[in-house]
Amino acid sequence: MTVAITGKAVQAEEAASVPLDAEELKRARAARVEAIGKWVVPIVITIVTIWLWDRVCAWNEIPHYILPDPALVYGTLIEDWPILAGALVNTLKITFGALAIATVGGLGLAILFTQSKWIEISFLPFAVILQVTPIISIAPLILIYVDSLSVSLLICAWIVAFFPILSNTVMGLNSADHNLQNLFKLYGANRWQTLLHLRLPSAMPYFLSGLKIAGGLSLIGAIVAEFVAGSAGSGSGLANQILESSYRLNMPRMFATLQLISLTGILIYLTMNLISHLVLRKWHESALKREV
Amino acid sequence: MTAMVQTKMLKDPAASPAIVSLKGVSKTFSNGTVALNNLSLDIHEGEFVSLLGPSGCGKSTALRIITSLTSPTSGRVEWPQEETKQKEHELSFVFQEPTLMPWAPVFANVWLPLRLKGISKRDAHDRVMEALEMVGLAQFSKSYPRELSGGMKMRVSIARALVTKPKLLLMDEPFAALDEITRFKLNNDLLNLWETFGWTVVFVTHSVFESVYLSNRIVVMAARPGRVVNDMPIDAPYPRDEKFRTSPVYSGFCREVSEALHAAMDAGDHL
Repeated sequence: MTVAITGKAVQAEEAASVPLDAEELKRARAARVEAIGKWVVPIVITIVTIWLWDRVCAWNEIPHYILPDPALVYGTLIEDWPILAGALVNTLKITFGALAIATVGGLGLAILFTQSKWIEISFLPFAVILQVTPIISIAPLILIYVDSLSVSLLICAWIVAFFPILSNTVMGLNSADHNLQNLFKLYGANRWQTLLHLRLPSAMPYFLSGLKIAGGLSLIGAIVAEFVAGSAGSGSGLANQILESSYRLNMPRMFATLQLISLTGILIYLTMNLISHLVLRKWHESALKREV
Repeated sequence: MTAMVQTKMLKDPAASPAIVSLKGVSKTFSNGTVALNNLSLDIHEGEFVSLLGPSGCGKSTALRIITSLTSPTSGRVEWPQEETKQKEHELSFVFQEPTLMPWAPVFANVWLPLRLKGISKRDAHDRVMEALEMVGLAQFSKSYPRELSGGMKMRVSIARALVTKPKLLLMDEPFAALDEITRFKLNNDLLNLWETFGWTVVFVTHSVFESVYLSNRIVVMAARPGRVVNDMPIDAPYPRDEKFRTSPVYSGFCREVSEALHAAMDAGDHL
């Protein structure tokens, strides 16, 4: 082992003292350019797109009730912020509430399913039925049956979000390394120990990729449910802002709301990616940097 | 002094009591393959036994039957030295792959067998570090498996097997996936540990040279159906080292075992 360490140290010293050759320098420069470009290029492209949008509006003299220019949209975003912020908070409550229940519920059901073949055989059909029936077609029913509006919205968003977590986690729990399973059996591990120390850690990458999908889906579920509820005439989420703007042909506000929704979606996605990275960075292939 | 006694005892391991006996064990898989046919084998205390044979001769299956990971279709496994109702046998298993938990650091991987017996991290600490010390990896206890080389991972796997202080160590081609230099090094380390602690080892391999170098008894097996065709003592004194590896005695044994293995394969269907 000592040999290995000194070997590494010698290599490091060599790298420090020996001047890099031309090719190595070129590679290093390319890596630096890529590191900066990764951030700069998307930002530049976005700015150019917004500028083009502005120019298209100006050159063609498009009226603002058909396509508002970016300045008007962002102006409206600031001007209408009190109304939009309230709607945003309501939508976020539903989104994260649904995501939380979907996470707990999906994980719990997955564990239950893998503990007994019979439970899985009995209840999997229901999970599949919930998943394959379009939420927009069940939503009116839920809105009629459930008194509280926010509870019915939560249920709708949950139905959309929980399935990827369930199916991914079941897959993960069942994909624990067979030799490790044998090892646990050999050392007399009970069911609970095997679950805690082997199956759950093995399922973690699968669960997290389910969570990434569920994050986006719970926002979609919340918005769809709001649309259905909104057409019944109540509620105050972002979807209602879009509906209301469309009735009044208030295009700037509709665009401003759309911006908020996509921004929320992006933030949820980035958050899930960060969580996944933080949990897996120590060991999983997907989170590891590779030396070239 | 201990080493002296050990060596003396090893001179005639067949005389020491059996630690595990396979009595007329057969195993037929659900697809009809006969993996083992009427295998009877006594493993004596302090022995280093190699099960040597071509692939498909049932040597790994025999090992799995000893661990009770697989149950025999007929015949039985006896543990003469244990209480009749003992739940687990005092054995450890080393797989062909290191089989480490990638999400856990080296320490937690070695702690696992003790943890499953309900021993806390603090209580297990000294034993885990002792086991890591034995394989020379004490300073890597906080590393993750991915940060280690193939040979180091295998050492961790061996440390995990040793941490429970087993009476019987079962190894299923543990070094087959390693390069020759690493394999020789680990062979020597394994022999040193075995001579120091005097446990019993059953070592599955398909390498004639490895089996002669390590063991004091080689059980040659043949395939289709899996059976024992030869049981040969290797009466070369321990400690064995690189000098032994190049000695005429060693090559003599290798030739003998190699011939036995070829006879076993010719008896089969030339595969």
